[in-house]
Amino acid sequence: MRVNFTVNGRPQEADDVWEGESLLYVLRERLGLPGSKNACEQGECGSCTVRLDGVPVCSCLVAAGQVEGREVVTVEGLAEYARQRACGTDACGMSHVTRDTSKNWQPKPPSDSHTGEGTELSPIQQAFIDAGAVQCGFCTPGLLVAADEMLEHNPNPTDADIREALSGNLCRCTGYEKIMDAVRLAAARQGEAV
Amino acid sequence: MDFLRPASWEEALAAKAEHPTAVPIAGGTDVMVEINFDHRRPEYLLDLNRIGDLYEWETGEESVRLGASVPYTRIMENLRAELPGLALASHTVASPQIRNRGGVGGNLGTASPAGDAHPALLAAGAEVEAESVRGTRLIPIDDFYTGVKRNALAPDELIRAVHVQKADGPQQYSKVGTRNAMVIAVCAFGLALHPETRTVRTGIGSAAPTPVRAKVAEDFLNAALDEGGFWDNGKIITPSVAKQFADLCAAACNPIDDVRGTASYRRHAVGVMARRTLTWTWESYRGTTLQKGSVA
Ligand SMILES: Cc1cc2nc3c(=O)[nH]c(=O)nc-3n(C[C@H](O)[C@H](O)[C@H](O)COP(=O)(O)OP(=O)(O)OC[C@H]3O[C@@H](n4cnc5c(N)ncnc54)[C@H](O)[C@@H]3O)c2cc1C
Ligand code: FES
Ligand code: FES
Repeated sequence: MRVNFTVNGRPQEADDVWEGESLLYVLRERLGLPGSKNACEQGECGSCTVRLDGVPVCSCLVAAGQVEGREVVTVEGLAEYARQRACGTDACGMSHVTRDTSKNWQPKPPSDSHTGEGTELSPIQQAFIDAGAVQCGFCTPGLLVAADEMLEHNPNPTDADIREALSGNLCRCTGYEKIMDAVRLAAARQGEAV
Repeated sequence: MDFLRPASWEEALAAKAEHPTAVPIAGGTDVMVEINFDHRRPEYLLDLNRIGDLYEWETGEESVRLGASVPYTRIMENLRAELPGLALASHTVASPQIRNRGGVGGNLGTASPAGDAHPALLAAGAEVEAESVRGTRLIPIDDFYTGVKRNALAPDELIRAVHVQKADGPQQYSKVGTRNAMVIAVCAFGLALHPETRTVRTGIGSAAPTPVRAKVAEDFLNAALDEGGFWDNGKIITPSVAKQFADLCAAACNPIDDVRGTASYRRHAVGVMARRTLTWTWESYRGTTLQKGSVA
């Protein structure tokens, strides 16, 4: 079947999608967006977390057909998403999100809001780097999407809030302390910026 | 496989009548796991995501009519006052990502003995609104669970909503697992005080082939509370009464040994949870419900 939906602000069409296929598979294997990771395919690890109409979900548990007509944001689009949020959609005069309908669309540097290629990092991404919260990096995309969403709704999270918001994301490397640091850092910087 | 995408409830019912083997998919948090692991290859997937009615709830005089697909997150955020037991149970489900997608309709569809909504629904009192092209019926929650992962739905029926009794007193939910998040219950216990009818209702999860109420324990406690005038005098429940209630709850279990826990551990834990949830709810009844003078 064919599925039409929006990914990181750009209309996408996926063809020959198997009816039982997950959104994660479509993103990674059909749309060339490997940022969302596949580790468990059963909702346990959160490394495939994306936003579906704004809501964080495990993309491995969403059937591709269920996203028809809906909006998905992946880690690749997070920086642009955060930028638009920070300055209000039009104020910053961005949005030259080109409507590229070509199926064989390729990432084109220097800057692309769809793949995230060459764009500036979002505050949460920068905080993860600065706090040393990335080791192997496999869990990072899912954590970034989940943490960014929490900070959107809760700019001053307690440690308990952070733990709860990230309780669906597993990390096998860091022991989570640096991840906590990163989110606290992003929250603090967000506070300063206002 | 075919992917059926009804745009309305009527279309969904028609599709289910035409293809009774079609597997409904709501949040997909049970269905997609089965498909990803090739445990299930349904001929038809029936997507319910486009049916807006299923995501809404109405609060009536007596009950809340909770649309089948209302995600756990919404229940926690919006129905804590009306459905405290279900809201607490919802909060124990998996992780935010899963709670954003999964809901009570899917929990009932799967009818796992470990499903967290079930003990809360049993304790609060609920009816499942099942509908097909043939008509609508309300299935009492006590009759809904018919076996391990089996429920009372006919092949052409879909769950439209669950009618859950609004709380008329304190409710609690307790779950045993190896950690706080992302854990299937080793066993679970829901308890609701119903001061208006002067009854206590229970629900036990993961300790029998289906979710069950501890009816003998309820009868015992109802009689003991009545005899002692507890609902009026608001006294602390006698430890011997609480203990016997706990023992009878443990006796209501019919658990198995499995990777998550042994049968005897489950029985023990259910007894402990029964006593604790009774104490918590009774404290709250004495502290708030009774103070407000609802019982003069
Ligand atoms: C990582 C992970 C952790 C989990 N942890 C928990 C937990 O802690 N506690 C818990 O209780 N559950 C847990 N679950 C299981 C699952 O999330 C719940 O059972 C959830 O309530 C299912 O809802 P859903 O909308 O996603 O159902 P779906 O997967 O869409 O459907 C589940 C079943 O119900 C049927 N169905 C759905 N809607 C209807 C309807 N309207 N009418 C008729 N049939 C219908 C489907 O055909 C299917 O058989 C977990 C799952 C995962 C992946
Ligand atoms: S791959 Fe989706 S939660 Fe692990
Ligand atoms: S950094 Fe390796 S899994 Fe988290």
